[in-house]
Amino acid sequence: MDLQTTIYIVVGLSFALYIGIAIWARAGSTSEFYAAGGSVHPITNGMATAADWMSAASFISMAGLISNMGYGGGLFLMGWTGGYVLLAMLLAPYLRKFGKFTVPQFIGDRFYSKSASTVAVICLLTASTTYIIGQMTGVGVAFSRFLNVSSDTGIYVGQAIVFLYAVFGGMKGITYTQVAQYIVLILAYTIPAIFISLQFTGNPLPQLGLGSTLSGTDVSLLAKLDQVVTELGFGKYTTTTAGSTLNMFVYTLSLMIGTAGLPHVIMRFFTVPTVKDARSSAGWALVFIAILYTTAPAVAAMAKMNLHGTVNTAVKTNGDLYAVESSIKNEDRPDWMKRWEKTGLLKWEDKNGDGRIQYYDDKTKSDEAKAKAEAAGWKGNELTVNADIIVLANPEIALLPNWVIALVAAGGLAAALSTAAGLLMAISSAVSHDLVKGVFNPNISEKGELLAGKIAMAVAIVISGYLGLNPPGFAAGTVALAFGIAASSLFPAIMMGIFSKKMNKEGAIAGMLAGLAVTLFYVFAHKGIFFIKGTDFVDMIGGANSFFGITPEAFGAVGALVNFIVAFLVDKVTKEPPEHIQHMVESVRIPRGSKVVDGAH
Amino acid sequence: MDSNSQGYWKATLGLLTRILIIWFAVSFGAGILFADALNGIKLGGYPLGFWFAQQGSIYIFIALIFYYAKKMGDIDRQFDVHED
Repeated sequence: MDLQTTIYIVVGLSFALYIGIAIWARAGSTSEFYAAGGSVHPITNGMATAADWMSAASFISMAGLISNMGYGGGLFLMGWTGGYVLLAMLLAPYLRKFGKFTVPQFIGDRFYSKSASTVAVICLLTASTTYIIGQMTGVGVAFSRFLNVSSDTGIYVGQAIVFLYAVFGGMKGITYTQVAQYIVLILAYTIPAIFISLQFTGNPLPQLGLGSTLSGTDVSLLAKLDQVVTELGFGKYTTTTAGSTLNMFVYTLSLMIGTAGLPHVIMRFFTVPTVKDARSSAGWALVFIAILYTTAPAVAAMAKMNLHGTVNTAVKTNGDLYAVESSIKNEDRPDWMKRWEKTGLLKWEDKNGDGRIQYYDDKTKSDEAKAKAEAAGWKGNELTVNADIIVLANPEIALLPNWVIALVAAGGLAAALSTAAGLLMAISSAVSHDLVKGVFNPNISEKGELLAGKIAMAVAIVISGYLGLNPPGFAAGTVALAFGIAASSLFPAIMMGIFSKKMNKEGAIAGMLAGLAVTLFYVFAHKGIFFIKGTDFVDMIGGANSFFGITPEAFGAVGALVNFIVAFLVDKVTKEPPEHIQHMVESVRIPRGSKVVDGAH
Repeated sequence: MDSNSQGYWKATLGLLTRILIIWFAVSFGAGILFADALNGIKLGGYPLGFWFAQQGSIYIFIALIFYYAKKMGDIDRQFDVHED
């Protein structure tokens, strides 16, 4: 069977499965719609949380980023997993005990203020909407590369599928489809990695393979990779940091706090029956996430090795990397390179006209590499590879069978669709529950609210689809913004609401606004006001990364710190919260008396 | 707040502090600040600092959450505030 037919069959079967689940899991009440009836098993919820969390970015881009960055790429691995420790201990069990449907509802009730809840709704909507654009474009990209349809058609099909199970099934439908999507995406990620680990080291576990010696030699894979990349002038793979050590530190912390504060992840913990389950469910979520996240570094390093080995034959023979015949001839390049050249994500250009492809760092700081390249008559790096193709092209690079390539296509779609559905749920509940019921029409019936929730979700699907079709130029920069907002506004507010009995509404609101303002200021200074080109004012703040060399993506932790400080200062000079609120905090802190979540205000 | 719930909260905060110290030590400590020094030690083919940043800290995070869930269950029962 040819590759294209295999892909159609595998992707078609996975979609049929999602739709089947949607029909089975229709939501009849607001409790089922917002929180799956509060009856999801902690392991099931852990699996759904993992699919919810691992987006197109985790599946497609992360290994490529690590491959390019080397050791420094570890900040994504630590940042995006370490946040679950914070979530499990500082937020999830207490929010579950509080027993309401949404994050803004907790903030509104705890800080006895509609304004606080409205600020939280705005933060939530901004963070979730920016995040969802990336998922929709991801769906379009996966469709257009694997199914030979246009990116636009891909987005329409993706919208239709999400509409079916998210609008009718609500949180219940989303939860069970996410479980199925997790299984598809994790198989798609690990199977090629196992094949490749076997090829390199003879060890089927990529996590162990990365620390093993290369088959038939006594040189470890990482030592060999270090040697190859440094000889070609690149930074040493196992030690190159992401900017300064301080930047890597702060960046990691920002991702951790941001992860713990993202509303679409937090709300998954409202679906388990008890406080005890909320605690262990976070652990299960991390187990399922870790299966992918500990495989990713192996995929990254092995793909880099494969790439260098493909264009420079001396990598495998331990010969002279700079010898003339080591670089492959243009016409001898493998078929997968030709296929990816068409997408524009892989490019080569014969700068010195010798009919061969030289891949090295032409901006190297190593004098030795520079001298060798000059002596060999190399006139600049001739190959550029987009980080995003590392995972998608991996099975082709390793010459794996067609069904593996088809599975990777279905996995990429599963990752994007499951995250999109989780974000839509967060958006629709904020609109229907916190705005329509909370602010505009408190007397709305359950049936009316359910309808409002479904309409809000349908509208959100149309808007996100539109933004996916016409991605604003700033799409790439916005994920940083989503994490920055979650870290600087939502996480500190929720945490203080639980861990400080005396924190009052003035402090919380001032803190959220200050954290948000300082983060937006720093991001906008680098990327333009609301990402509009030409409105950046980076010179006014003393040049790029002027705050101790911290990049705007890494700034969320600083925003969180500002939030905490401002909140405590304002809290000190305003009056303490009423008695009943302090009692409420006391009762949130203990598990006894937890009940199924409901929406009563 | 009666003395029982004060004791419960104190025990909880004590557990959180202990776990956060380990959380910090494996990721920010071993994975970032002391990674260079640890790279001198090898774990199979892994330099140890690199291993902590790309593998080890994740395994320890998982262990920390399950340890937390178990210990919190014990504290809940000790102060008689557990769910039925």
